[in-house]
Parts: sequence; C-alpha cells; structure tokens
Amino acid sequence: MARLQAQEQGDSTGEKAVEPFLDGYARMLLIRQFEQAMHRLFLRGEIHGTTHLYAGQEAVAVGVCMALQPDDYAAGTYRGHGHALAKGTAPEPLAAEMLGRVSGVCGGRAGSMNVIDIENGLVGCFGIVGGSIAAALGAAISAKRQGRVAVCFFGDGASNQGYFHECMNMAAVAQLPVVFVCENNLYGEFTPLAAATAGADIASRAAGYAMPSEVVDGNDLWAVKAAADRAVTRARNGQGPTLLECKTYRHYGHSKSDPGAYRPDGELEQWLERDPLKLTRERLLSEGVEDGDLASIDARVNAELDQAIERALAAPYPDPLQDAATEFAA
Amino acid sequence: MTETLEFRTAIRDALAEELERDPTVIFFGEDVAAAGGVFKATPGLYERFGPDRVFDTPISELALAGAAYGAAVTGTRPVFEVMFGDFMALPMDSLINQAAKFWYISQEQGSVPLVVRSAVGAGGRFGAIHSQTHATWFQGVPGIKIAFPSTPAEAKGLLKGSIRDNNPVVFLEHKRLYSVKGPLPTAEQEVIPLGRARIARGGTDLTLVSIGKGVPDALDAAERLSTQGVDVEVVDLRTLRPLDLDTVLASVERTNRILVVEEGPRLGGWAAGLLGMIAEEALHDLDDAWTLTTSETPIPYSPTLEDAFLPQAEAILESVTARLGVAAG
Repeated sequence: MARLQAQEQGDSTGEKAVEPFLDGYARMLLIRQFEQAMHRLFLRGEIHGTTHLYAGQEAVAVGVCMALQPDDYAAGTYRGHGHALAKGTAPEPLAAEMLGRVSGVCGGRAGSMNVIDIENGLVGCFGIVGGSIAAALGAAISAKRQGRVAVCFFGDGASNQGYFHECMNMAAVAQLPVVFVCENNLYGEFTPLAAATAGADIASRAAGYAMPSEVVDGNDLWAVKAAADRAVTRARNGQGPTLLECKTYRHYGHSKSDPGAYRPDGELEQWLERDPLKLTRERLLSEGVEDGDLASIDARVNAELDQAIERALAAPYPDPLQDAATEFAA
Repeated sequence: MTETLEFRTAIRDALAEELERDPTVIFFGEDVAAAGGVFKATPGLYERFGPDRVFDTPISELALAGAAYGAAVTGTRPVFEVMFGDFMALPMDSLINQAAKFWYISQEQGSVPLVVRSAVGAGGRFGAIHSQTHATWFQGVPGIKIAFPSTPAEAKGLLKGSIRDNNPVVFLEHKRLYSVKGPLPTAEQEVIPLGRARIARGGTDLTLVSIGKGVPDALDAAERLSTQGVDVEVVDLRTLRPLDLDTVLASVERTNRILVVEEGPRLGGWAAGLLGMIAEEALHDLDDAWTLTTSETPIPYSPTLEDAFLPQAEAILESVTARLGVAAG
C-alpha cells in the first residue's frame, strides 16, 4: 500500500501513468466478481427472469469509461451490468436492482436488462438490440449543447439493426459528439458472427459514413483506453463521431438459459488465455506494480462487493400496497 | 371582420412561441427546416431560430425517435415530425420501449419531454398508407400521451401544452384541418394541459364524442339535428391517453345516450374502448350507446370509395336519425 500512496503523490511520471490503470483493474475486477455473484444468485433463485453476464468483456466498458468525464453520457445494453459499474453505478444499488429489491437503482422496477442511472450519466440499458445506439445519438444532441460527449455500447448483432445504420449516418451528417463502441463478442445471441454479419470488420462499415473507426483489442485495457481517448477527444473537439470495434468474448452464454453449447471445442479456453483481467494483471506487474498492491486491491474489491450484496439481500422487496407509482411525470 | 387563425399557422405559432420561450426546445424532422414542412406548417422557424435548434434530418424515423429520447432524458425538449402518421410504424420501438418506459422503470429519476407531430387522417385521396390515424397504435401503452386537436385555437394550445408537458406526447394533426380557419385562442386555450376534454357544444338529448376532425364533423351534424328537434352535446376528447372519462360520464348522466365517432375500425378502436368503460361505470345512465367507425378494411384510394368509408357529418347525421328514429329533415 505504501507504493500506491507514493504514486498518488506523483513521485515519477511512469508511476503516475500506471495509476489510472490500477483503478481500471479494480473496476474490472469489481465487474467480474459482480457477475460471478449474479451467476450464483441466479442459480439460487434470487435473480428472476433472465440475466446476461458481462464477464470477459470488462476491458471494453472500463477502458471506454476511463476516457470519459463523470458527467458524460453512456448508453448500455441488456448485458449492461458492466456498463453501469464502469460508468459509476455503485454495486449495492445495482445488485439490489437485480434482486428486485426496493433499494435497487431503479427501485426494482427495471431489472437486469434495463438499468437507468441518470446521476451517473447512464441514460439507459436497452433490452432491444441496438436501442443504446439511438439513445446515445440523442444524448449527443444535448451533449453538444452542454460541452459533453455521449458513448454507446452495443454488440456485433446490433450492427445489423436499422438503429445502427440510421444513427451512424445521422451522427456523421450532424457531426455529433458520440462514440459508437461495438463489443464484438463473436455471437449474436446463439448465432456466430459469420452466419449473420456480412463484410469484413464491423469497423469497416464506418467508411460508408465517412466516419473514423478503429479495430481494437477489446481485451487489452490499454488499447481500449487509448482508442477511446482518441475518439472522445475528436468528439469533444467538434470533429464528430467515431466507431470503435472492440473484439472480445463473453465467458458465459448469451443469457442464463444458454450454456453456449454451440461454441467450438477449445474456443472458450483459447479466450480464457486472453482473459482481460489476467492480461491487465500481467501488464501491471510488468510495469512495476507489486503482487501485494494487486492483492490489496483484490481484498478491497471483494470486501466491498461482499458487503454490497449482503446489504442488497437484506433489503426488502417493494410492497405493492405502498407503491406510489404514477403513469406520468407532473 | 373578426381575426381568424389557420390551423397550419397555429402549429407554426405554437412552435415559434415555445422555441422563443424555452432555449432547451429544439425541432427537427424530414423537410421541416429549409423547406418549411410538406404541409407548410413550419415555414420560417429555421430562419428565425437557426440550424442548431431547427434542423432537417435524414429519412430515418427510428433514429429520429431515438434521438428525441436520448435528448429528452439529458436536458433538451425535442419536438420532431414524422411526416405522415403511417410512418409511425417505423419508430415504434424507441417510442414504446424507450420513451414510454423511462419515467416508470427508472423509478422516476427523470422524464422524457418529447413531442412527435404527424399529419394523419383520410379524405385526401392519399391511399391506404398515407391516410391512417395511429392513435390506437399507442393508446394501450402506459407512459405516452396522445393529443389530437380539433380546431386552430385548440391546435395551438394543445401543442404548447404538449411541448411543456414532461412526458412523451404523440401529437396528431388531421391533414384535412390544415387549411381550416377559426377564432383565435381564448385565454384558456393559450396553453391547454393534456388530459381534459371540452364540451364543444352543450345539449340534452345525446352525447356525441369524438376527437380531431371528428369534432367539426360532429358539430356540423349536431347543428343539422337541432333543426329536427334533437339537442346534441358534443364532447371533444382532446387526448386519448390520458382519457378524460369524467367529462364523458357527466355528459352521459345528462343525456342518457352516447355515440362515439372514430375515423378508424371498430375492433381495437378507442371508441369501442371508451364505450366499454362507460358501460362499466354508468350502465344505469344509459338508454343507448353505439359507435360510428369505418369498415374493417384498409383505407381506399378512389374518391367514391373513400368518401363512403369515412364517418363524416352526413354519416353521423344518418346514424343518429336512424338510431333515434328521428324523421329525416
């Protein structure tokens, strides 16, 4: 811990540069542990309906959100727990939302797929594939007037929706400050990318809209952060939208009803070799961070999450008789 | 001569006044800015408020609705136009699954103050896919309001009320009303809050309920019925969600008869839904209750077919005289 304190004082430029990535690592670990906890709670019957786990894709949400200011806007997907945690939603109200409890970030009204956290700039997570793209387009209209930036996360499957093409075009025409972040995890629900998506890289679709794009190693936190920095800077400078295609992999199936049996033998194992958490740890260690520093982060994150879930589980369900729901805003 | 207001000018004036009053209001759509709108309802706004606040967009209705949603939840008050109501089939995902849900599922973290305007309605020989009224596509969706003005003054007040409303509003403009001229708004009509019906004509023998162009048609029929000794009360619903049931119930209590006129099919229509609610709440008040709607087919093109299809003043008159056994006058 002494070492971390020294870094906070900025004792050398090299060590200062690693500091945000220690925070990034902590955030990635929080997402991973959160998702594994959600997996366990689902199997226990505490999480209802379905849930879509973000494990394996953590470097994308965290790397992109590292490039944002807290008051910038983000829109996520139904695989959105990671988007919310990366944008700043605290684990306790998020876990409580999954559990359907009254203390949930949306009071238990939204559930796993549709988290909204306006205080942290999360304008929504969307159960309809591609919905996040339009939400970010609109947030960018406000953002342009407010000196902010909007980003959206969406999967490879969403790149075949009307939302994608309509919004890419409109953002380019209006030069809106938006970053389109495609999380290409190789599967649209159960169908492999090649069976559903024509052309080469999804990033290449940006060329049709004269929009800059990059293909990014979505499991490399540093690569995602650097690409997001470039895109966010362009957006903030009035240079319009960017499409980032982050190649990554989901460790679980599409949803809780999907064991992922369609994946070829060995594919998951291959990707686990490139587990973004593992890569981040290795890189931090290679840059001089010590095992002990990471161990203390691990301990802190695990303790924080354990407490969050314990509190979330202790919270009551909403009481239908006490529910003061209104159809309309005043 | 008394000063009058044209319906399309009322729309433009309402937009201009709200753009002037509130810097967070923006207006966009296909051909609405430089061209001033295909129904010439919005000329001059682009020149007056500039391209940051009034702008043309691609023909991408889904993106427009999503953009309005995203803008509305982040501090902007967007008004956008989907040219013909029929095209509202395209942006329904965003309106229904994003805008209409936000207030509730976010635990009221914020609201979605957007307005989507469209030209609707038949009678203009536009055929099956440029003549529909999409109100019922949205009426069953909690969280969305539906406004449908019947006169120029009402159009101005309801549009201003819609723009100031903090919820998503589907705003319908009957294309056969655009050229109608009428009295200037009264003080009460300057800004009309959504969800309150109005008594467009008092009467004691029959409550005739409609909305949009159905209201002037009903008033026309009512005038002619008065010469035959039938005193008709006309209720202009103004909005279909929320629905001002109380005003209709109070009227039925006075008249004991109700006819609901809808430019649309009976099955799944708002008229049948309204009658169902009236029956549930006030069966004891009712001597008679019926609807006048269109046939259960798409809207025809040919003038003879389209005219026969629509429940216009003549059809209302015939329906009432036949039902009440009044001698045709």
